[in-house]
Amino acid sequence: MTTQKNTDDRVALLQGTLDILILKTLVLGPCHGQGVARSIQRQSEEVFFVDHGSLYLALQRLEDKKWISGKWGVSENNRKARFYSLTAKGRDHLMEKISDWQRLTRAMGLILRGNAGPSSEEA
Amino acid sequence: MFKRRRSVDDFAEEIKAHLELEADELESGGASEDEARRRARAEFGNAQAARERFYLRSRVEWLDHLARDIRFAFRQLRKNPGFSFAAIAVLALGIGACVAVFAFVDAALIRPLPYADPQRLVHVTESEMTSSKVNISYLDYLDWKRLNTVLSSMDVFTGWDALLSTATGTEPLPALRVSAGFFRTLGVAPVLGRDFHPGEDSLTGPNVVVISYGFWQRQFGGNNDAIGQTVKLSGAVHTVIGVLPKDFEFALGNSPEIWAALKPEDECEKHRDCHNLYAVGRLKPGVSVQTALANLQSIARQLEIQYPDTNRDRGASVMLLSKMIVGDIRPILLLLLSGAGLLLLIACVNVSSLLVVRAESRKRELAVRGALGASRGRLASQFITEGMMLVSGGVLPGLALAVGAMQILTHLISKEMIARMPFFEGLGANLHVLTFAAVLALLAAVVFSVTPILQSMSQDMRDGLTEGGRGSAGTLWRRIGGRLVVIELATTMVLLTGAGLLGKSLYQLLHVEIGFQVDHLATLHVRLPGAQFPGDPEQIAFTRRLLDRIESLPGVRAVGVTSVLPAYCGCNSDWVRIADRPFDGNHITVDERDVTAGFFRTLSTKLLAGRYFSDAEDASRPRVVVINHDFARKYFPGEDPVGKRIGDPTLSPESMKQIIGVVEDFREGALDDEQQPVVYYPFNQYASSGYEVIVRTSQEEHSILPALTAAIHQLNMDVGVEQGSTMADHINDSQTVYFHRSTAYLVAGFAALALILSAVGLYGVIAYSVSQRTREIGVRMALGAQRSSVHRMVLREAAWLAAAGIAIGVVCSVAFGELLRGLLFGVRAWDIPTLVTVAIVLGLLTLFASYIPAHRAASVNPVAALRAE
Repeated sequence: MTTQKNTDDRVALLQGTLDILILKTLVLGPCHGQGVARSIQRQSEEVFFVDHGSLYLALQRLEDKKWISGKWGVSENNRKARFYSLTAKGRDHLMEKISDWQRLTRAMGLILRGNAGPSSEEA
Repeated sequence: MFKRRRSVDDFAEEIKAHLELEADELESGGASEDEARRRARAEFGNAQAARERFYLRSRVEWLDHLARDIRFAFRQLRKNPGFSFAAIAVLALGIGACVAVFAFVDAALIRPLPYADPQRLVHVTESEMTSSKVNISYLDYLDWKRLNTVLSSMDVFTGWDALLSTATGTEPLPALRVSAGFFRTLGVAPVLGRDFHPGEDSLTGPNVVVISYGFWQRQFGGNNDAIGQTVKLSGAVHTVIGVLPKDFEFALGNSPEIWAALKPEDECEKHRDCHNLYAVGRLKPGVSVQTALANLQSIARQLEIQYPDTNRDRGASVMLLSKMIVGDIRPILLLLLSGAGLLLLIACVNVSSLLVVRAESRKRELAVRGALGASRGRLASQFITEGMMLVSGGVLPGLALAVGAMQILTHLISKEMIARMPFFEGLGANLHVLTFAAVLALLAAVVFSVTPILQSMSQDMRDGLTEGGRGSAGTLWRRIGGRLVVIELATTMVLLTGAGLLGKSLYQLLHVEIGFQVDHLATLHVRLPGAQFPGDPEQIAFTRRLLDRIESLPGVRAVGVTSVLPAYCGCNSDWVRIADRPFDGNHITVDERDVTAGFFRTLSTKLLAGRYFSDAEDASRPRVVVINHDFARKYFPGEDPVGKRIGDPTLSPESMKQIIGVVEDFREGALDDEQQPVVYYPFNQYASSGYEVIVRTSQEEHSILPALTAAIHQLNMDVGVEQGSTMADHINDSQTVYFHRSTAYLVAGFAALALILSAVGLYGVIAYSVSQRTREIGVRMALGAQRSSVHRMVLREAAWLAAAGIAIGVVCSVAFGELLRGLLFGVRAWDIPTLVTVAIVLGLLTLFASYIPAHRAASVNPVAALRAE
């Protein structure tokens, strides 16, 4: 397997981004913790590495904030698992966060691109 | 509504489910079952840490730790009740002593005077060549007030022996005469009625008074209609215009109840050279005491030029009112506070040494906890918690002790002194005192936390596990601790000796030869109102009637009058000169007493030569005196003084008196004074409006007092009769006895504290030493040492410390005794019995304190002691 190589390319999640990623994953429908982790790793083309301990604590935190709700159920391969689904409140929060994020990345992009030119000229 | 919190088990279940799902997925990707499980777990990371974080997420971590620490600390303290009790008791004593003394310091030195902006209030006096502070005369006051540019206001006050006429008789009242602006200068307004109007203190002003809150409550039942009512004071009717606030106090005025407008009607106030007033002033904003002094001194110089006859060499003196009020007591209080602080420090050192002993026996526990992963921070927080618990255990009983001590200390101050220090009334645990206690507690907690932390940090944890190591820190502590104990013992020795000497002095003082029979003597102070009894004839006539009346009362065996009660003070002294003798320029100082013929009979004194006065010897007869034996012995050695004549230092003809009798010495002066020459003048030739009446009774002397007062008031309602007393009480409560008793009790209190502290300190050091030497003792016993010899070994160590402490203590005690010499009476500074007794007490204490650790050492099981390492 290529696990070892993958590990080197992995990037630790930015502080505060895990919540958005979890919420975004759950838009597609209820999912258990392991599924969420898989999904984040796959969708980021294995760049993001999710610390599972942090993931479960984040799930708990989101549940405490009533953005998601958890319920014990049975998985497709007949395993007992805790399924999380997005609440209406969570959906609103996600929309807000997505637009925040987009503004942030646009602004970051502007600055990083804008600064690249002059600084290289000076050099 | 509360949602049920998700359990830790449920969370663990979820993680387990995750691992299974992950393993399933890996297995379906082709891995073997075992491989899949291993990789799932590896992928997850530290599942235990996640579970722990989940557990901690729901609670405040430090609070959780604290709760555990407290539970643990509590178990530790309970496990070792001897240690806990000793530590808490010592701490409570230290804090109690410190807080009690601080309450006095707070009342006198920290709490501001109850006046507006008290930092601007100054006490203004005149000054002379010989004395820096003398009263100011009324005319000087008017000039100073008018001319000065530094005071926004200046007012004067002076004492007034007012006599209040009541339905049942006449009552002397402490009172002051004050100028009209007095209360405005202090910044105090009456709670009821009004202040004096400006000008009400002029000669033509009305007779108006402001009364104290207490007088208002007592005399008018606190009714609002008191304003406008009248009171008869010293024969004149005065209208009440105002009531002062409840918390108002004026320390310089002997707790007055009546405040009258000061009209310059006293003869003294008409002369510039008669000084009878005290002045207070309020500094203008921004003016310093120095500036004010300079200004007033320049005015004084001006007056000196203007009135050279009366104002020569008269300057000015200005000091802050607060300083004036607490000036005398300030150094005493600070000394007491440092003493109490020192005691607390010793107490803290002792508790620390106990903590060190205990930490030593817990070395293994700490090492195990450290090895199991407890961080140094967690171990330290355990010590901090234990320290805090000890302190909080000591603070409450400490505060209770402090409140008790405040009561006792207040009783050690005589009534007259309390009247001059009203700020000591209502002393208690106020905010300042509680804050101080809290600060002390915090400091103690810091010391108690830091000591074991430092100790544990100085040791290698592996040493603790093997329990064989003996770091240099241990030896160091033994040495330091040992020295501290020697100092403590020496201090205790000094204090105990001091207490012993003072106690012995008190005993000697109370058993001093008075010279007359003290029991069955009742005393009264009588004051005749000046308006009715202006001169000697009226006073003598009334006094004769008074004595006749009292003599006729049932139970009265004899009655007499004197100007000053015996066994009180060497005051009212006078200079005399013996006639028909070459004058060497030295005056003879004698105590002068004006007594009636019945005085000697009442005291049953012994006549040595000549005769006593007769009642008939008044101004119409030749002047005569009786002298005491001391006078005769010192100035008429080998001669018969009867018939000799004495006079004033110039032997002016009108001052000449003939000696008609010599009376055996009895104590006129204070109990601790040397016997002095005394001259007795017949009252009927030297009458006065105030005197003491002494009555010899056949019944119990207290019981006759009401009858005496009633009898005098039957004769004349307006005569003031002060609360009567008895000769025995008078002597027991005299300033001298009070002073000796107070110092003896105070030093004894400190000595008792020091005794307890040094016992604990000694115990701590010996116990530590035993704990350090457990293995050595085991070896000795394994090699055949007897238990008794181990016992002796430990006691020997204690004995050395005690011997050193006592030896140093003896030297210091003798030095301290020399310092105390002024306070001692009938006892030498190196009183051998006291020193021996104290040394024995300390020796016994040493034995007692070291018995427990010695016993523990002797019962060491050699096998266990050797195997434990």
